Amino acid sequence: MKKKLNNHIDKDGYYGNYGGSYIPEILYNNVNELNKKYNSIIAGKAFRKEFESLLKNYVGRPTPLYFAANLSEQFKAQIFLKREDLNHTGSHKINNAIGQVLLAKHLGKKRIIAETGAGQHGVATATVCALMGLECFVYMGKKDVERQAPNVSRMKMLGATVIPVLSGSQTLKDATNEAIRDWMNNTENTYYLIGSVVGPHPYPDLVTKFQSVISAEIQQQLKSITGEPSPDYVIACVGGGSNAAGAFYHFIDSDKTKLIGVEAAGKGIDTGYTAATLNIGTPGIIHGSKTFLIQNNDGQITEPHSISAGLDYPGIGPLHSFLHETKKASYLSATDEEALIAGMNLTKKEGIIPALESAHALAALEKIKFKSNDVVVVNLSGRGDKDLDTFINYLNKKENA
Amino acid sequence: MHNRIDKLFKTKASNIVSIYTTAGFPKLNDTLSVIKALDKAEVDLIEVGIPFSDPLADGETIQKSSTIALENGMTLKLLFEQLKNLREISEKPVILMGYLNSVLQYGIEEFYKQCNVCGIDGIILPDLPLGEFEKSHKQFTDKYNIHAVFLISPLTDKKRIVQIDKLSKGFVYLVSSNSTTGKTQDPMKATEQSIKEITKLKLKNKILIGFGINNAKTFNQACSLANGAIIGSEYIRRISNSTNIEKTTIEFIKEIKTGIYDHSIK
Ligand SMILES: Cc1ncc(COP(=O)(O)O)c(C=O)c1O
Repeated sequence: MKKKLNNHIDKDGYYGNYGGSYIPEILYNNVNELNKKYNSIIAGKAFRKEFESLLKNYVGRPTPLYFAANLSEQFKAQIFLKREDLNHTGSHKINNAIGQVLLAKHLGKKRIIAETGAGQHGVATATVCALMGLECFVYMGKKDVERQAPNVSRMKMLGATVIPVLSGSQTLKDATNEAIRDWMNNTENTYYLIGSVVGPHPYPDLVTKFQSVISAEIQQQLKSITGEPSPDYVIACVGGGSNAAGAFYHFIDSDKTKLIGVEAAGKGIDTGYTAATLNIGTPGIIHGSKTFLIQNNDGQITEPHSISAGLDYPGIGPLHSFLHETKKASYLSATDEEALIAGMNLTKKEGIIPALESAHALAALEKIKFKSNDVVVVNLSGRGDKDLDTFINYLNKKENA
Repeated sequence: MHNRIDKLFKTKASNIVSIYTTAGFPKLNDTLSVIKALDKAEVDLIEVGIPFSDPLADGETIQKSSTIALENGMTLKLLFEQLKNLREISEKPVILMGYLNSVLQYGIEEFYKQCNVCGIDGIILPDLPLGEFEKSHKQFTDKYNIHAVFLISPLTDKKRIVQIDKLSKGFVYLVSSNSTTGKTQDPMKATEQSIKEITKLKLKNKILIGFGINNAKTFNQACSLANGAIIGSEYIRRISNSTNIEKTTIEFIKEIKTGIYDHSIK
């Protein structure tokens, strides 16, 4: 019997205690319009047809579910990699960018704005805007502009305007603030294309739905490989939480599958230099959503730290706060160093250079005690080309030490 | 119950000058001296901003003042300590303006209780949804006699304006244009249109216009459309490098009220 999927969100956009829409009145109309229309637009026949066709023919889906024999031997389990790194533009972010650009077109918006951390969402957005002939502006923290230079060049080449953000910690949080401010100043013609399962309702649900293609494919692929659609584990890194939400989606209510999110511990969760939101944060409001965030007693949002720009965010999508609180998923963390080691390990063992974000998910393999027949799916959210400098610096340092 | 905002509007319903200032700015202990200067300059209403690390609705000037205030060591706890003596220095209505997260971390009831202890008359929390206000805040704003003021924008539809008017006490805050604070591209154009519509709705509250009011001209325009106006970014700009806040404040308010810069004040 096929169970009906429950997306755990109520009519006001809350996952249990988390979510909602905490926005200034100036944005009320835009968010409300989106909220009223998104479900019927994305369920529409024409939309589905165009979305699915682009995912197949432009992005290259379905992405392989690859049995990693060498990793499996190393960690004594049946380890599969969901190869989101093989998507066009090199990460899962394109799934969402295509969905939302199509949505923006249905809403009649001609100008697209986005925030980006690692630059993967920015590149994905710039790519789809080039394809559809839409104007594209990407906000990116100045610090990230520097450490993710190849992606900045790609965005520019694709015709997007990259706006470096100088406020606050000059990373993803501040890029998101600036994108929201841009939206407030350009409500009528602009669509804000959020890159993760964060922000005011309906964004977390919208982005989760567009990314849920990942777990839908995992189910089908596992069934045809092993005869059983549900794995024992799904492991994914968590920044805002979109690749994890997508990889978890069809397994959230499965009694069998353990869902493991991996946050960026930075230099260590107790060091003050961390982005492990669920591990050390408390509930509050960030970017229009009630969710866990890293803050001080006065409610000031703290500057996070992670070697990986895509995980360097002090909040987390409200779905994950809910899954954490209800223990439907567990959230581990991996340090900068553990991620670098796990990334190098995958490179050497399987010949795949992962994004530093995804390397955090791989680092969790060291932390879990598997049974030898456990089927483990690691969501390899992106490829590591953008992180070569960081990897090489690390290797040089180690050689010199 | 007595509330200074109501009292103000009983005696004066036009050309209301309301000034926004960030707590703990320019220096940590300037909060009360700025309020004192504004009192002396005879403004009608004072809005004190609770500095926040991520002020979404604010443009560069107020963002920067927030950052400086936080670097100065400002916290909400400290603000309430500074405001303990508020009513010894001014009888003007004072409103706290900030973001919901500050209130949540302080504790909702405790926040309104402290507002009451300090003699605060109202609050503006731009990211507090109406439904959440009714569910978790209204019982305390009622209990502690704090007026909650909500924003309307030129895009807010009629039904919602009526709802916002119903929940607001004292006045409603009409945002001049769809923008963050401090943007000044002809703020009154959109406002003129929306005021026409709003007037037809016969709201119970007074209306003050804010965002982008930065000189005597825009102030006068706003006053011709509503009961008065709120000035923030421009005032912050003026005091940010002032060596004599009281003098700067008096000159600025005079300039706003008359449109003439008076050089005789020393
Ligand atoms: C490859 C990759 N993985 C993961 C992330 C983190 O985002 P999310 O947690 O939304 O998947 C990013 C963000 O930039 C990314 O580029």
